[in-house]
Amino acid sequence: MSSSEGRHVTLVSGRPIPFRGNEIDTDQIIPARYMTAVTFDGMGQYAFQDLRFDGEGNALDHPMNDPRFQAKGPRIALVNKNFGCGSSREHAPQALWRWGVQAIVGESFADIFFNNCVAMGIPCVQASEADIHALMTAVEEDPSHDLAVNLETMTATYNGTEYGVRTHDGARHRLRTGTWDAAGILVDALDDVRSTAAKLPYVQDFRD
Amino acid sequence: MGRSLLDKVWDLHTVRELDSGQSQLFIGLHLIHEVTSPQAFAMLREAKLGVPFPKRTYATVDHIIPTDSQVRPLADGQAEIMMSEIEKNCRENGIEFFGPESGDQGVVHIIGPELGLTQPGMTIACGDSHTSTHGAFGAVAFGIGTSQVRDVLASQCLAMHRPKVRRIEVDGELGAGVYAKDVVLHIIGKLGVDGGVGFGYEYAGSVFERMSMEERMTVCNMSIEGGARCGYVNPDDTTVEYLRGRRFVPEGADFDKAARWWRGIASDEDAAYEDVVGIAAHEIAPTVTWGINPGQVVGVDGQIPGVGSFDGDDRLVAEDAYRYMGWNEGDRISGTKIDVAFIGSCTNGRISDLREAARVAKLGRVRPHVKALVVPGSQAVARQAESEGLHEVFREAGFEWRLAGCSMCLAMNPDKLQGRQVCASSSNRNFKGRQGSPSGRTLLMSPAMVAAAAIEGAVIDVREVFGKGESS
Ligand code: SF4
Repeated sequence: MSSSEGRHVTLVSGRPIPFRGNEIDTDQIIPARYMTAVTFDGMGQYAFQDLRFDGEGNALDHPMNDPRFQAKGPRIALVNKNFGCGSSREHAPQALWRWGVQAIVGESFADIFFNNCVAMGIPCVQASEADIHALMTAVEEDPSHDLAVNLETMTATYNGTEYGVRTHDGARHRLRTGTWDAAGILVDALDDVRSTAAKLPYVQDFRD
Repeated sequence: MGRSLLDKVWDLHTVRELDSGQSQLFIGLHLIHEVTSPQAFAMLREAKLGVPFPKRTYATVDHIIPTDSQVRPLADGQAEIMMSEIEKNCRENGIEFFGPESGDQGVVHIIGPELGLTQPGMTIACGDSHTSTHGAFGAVAFGIGTSQVRDVLASQCLAMHRPKVRRIEVDGELGAGVYAKDVVLHIIGKLGVDGGVGFGYEYAGSVFERMSMEERMTVCNMSIEGGARCGYVNPDDTTVEYLRGRRFVPEGADFDKAARWWRGIASDEDAAYEDVVGIAAHEIAPTVTWGINPGQVVGVDGQIPGVGSFDGDDRLVAEDAYRYMGWNEGDRISGTKIDVAFIGSCTNGRISDLREAARVAKLGRVRPHVKALVVPGSQAVARQAESEGLHEVFREAGFEWRLAGCSMCLAMNPDKLQGRQVCASSSNRNFKGRQGSPSGRTLLMSPAMVAAAAIEGAVIDVREVFGKGESS
């Protein structure tokens, strides 16, 4: 394993938790007022804060408050369309990760959110609308099994039923080979970076 | 076959292709602020990585900074910690920091262009989704997450997939009282909040050719609200003239050379696009959002679309919006009572925005029940506005004149909505809870429309206000 390789992400499994709704934006995943901090530590407890509690701190109807979804251990989030839209804040996937979410299965994801997840080694895989609905229903009826997301076979398996999933080829490659954290790879090419920069006229302030 | 600006810029900045199918892309300008950078610096320290190109990163504070008093230490201890942290990280790594005492502080997407840091043909990244603003200059500009901020600090590069390009042509004449903000809200309403996923938007057509740089910035700013990764306008004479004489722009013969290069980076006449969308300018009215995402828009003279006019998933989002906002079927947006009026943000906190809002403010007084804030986007905008006496116009009309920052755009500072207050806002997001109260409600509109709402106490068509006021 070279210095630029991390955890190989091929098979992730954990208790599923469905977050129903389209266009769940990152302001909902982590409200801005919890971002006044210089580290991501502690973000997990604020995930979905305003959907979980009202202004007086009373628990609202939200899967994270639902006794059926309180099993300990790793979690797989189930979501609908355009999950993670809006602000680029990595605080959103960081909050989910720190709460226990290790993979997300959904109908579709917003670009920046998807990239942030991959950069943290969290796979986001897509399934068809019908399959997501079926999965969510199956989980709500009986949440007591692990959902397994397999990046080799590109399947999500729940309680014996297998669903086909897809993701971006590049993201899949990075996750499986443990190269999802780009920093090491990018730094390896610093000499090439310097020669690319040297050819850009603005880097030289347009002087010869 | 010609190439688009995005393709030209991409090719010039590609260091190498990676096994993942991504490009290792050199980033010409990196901007950082206090919210998304401290964790990136911590990751650098942990990985024992340095900052090899410190002169290609610039920093400011905008999100957490209070807009009433910026005296140190800041009243909010947590904000003070964040402020000290970015100062320290910049000092230790040799990065130039535009803090309040520099006279150049402001919202990151306002100061980059203002100082001439933002230039055509660059790749630009910032840990902030509205980095798309800089595309107004014909730059390819992306919002990134904190791990990627670390990547840029450590290598001046990002690993990225090249977006496809959709050209959006807006042709014809915009009516009086119709602004760049209305153009972009209309586009998002038409193409949807996820219509741009996987795309970069190229804005073109006669409306964009005539727009000032500030108007182009307003439109490019909200590209991300349409799901696009970036948005840009091809550089032209307007771009070149805006940049002439700015601090970080070359002078004399070097400027001429720069201008030639900038013009050459524009899309070729025969460039190929993945998709082309045409929009007629005369169809665009002053536009207001009625829902909980920036695609839920209505012309100010129109009726809020009924839930029944949506299908499938859009219907669920519409039902949710009706509940959250408290609408009844058949409601009109015009006449909706407001509690707060906010003029500012990286979408509409520039001098031309304040001038238009002041034109309206001159015609009346803020209703007593309305709290109205004007927050210049930068210290330079504030100075310019004050030299024109705009601050007096606002104050006389009953608006508060504040110091530069993001303020109530996302309320990570003391400027927040209370309870279910309704805010007429010139910012860019109307998400649930966006303006600091978990149940607060936001109506996005142009700065002139916000000023009109402040003096009417309710949403009103700014064309009516101009019609009554300026003719008499
Ligand atoms: S003004 Fe608003 S959108 Fe712009 S950078 Fe600040 S918080 Fe973000």
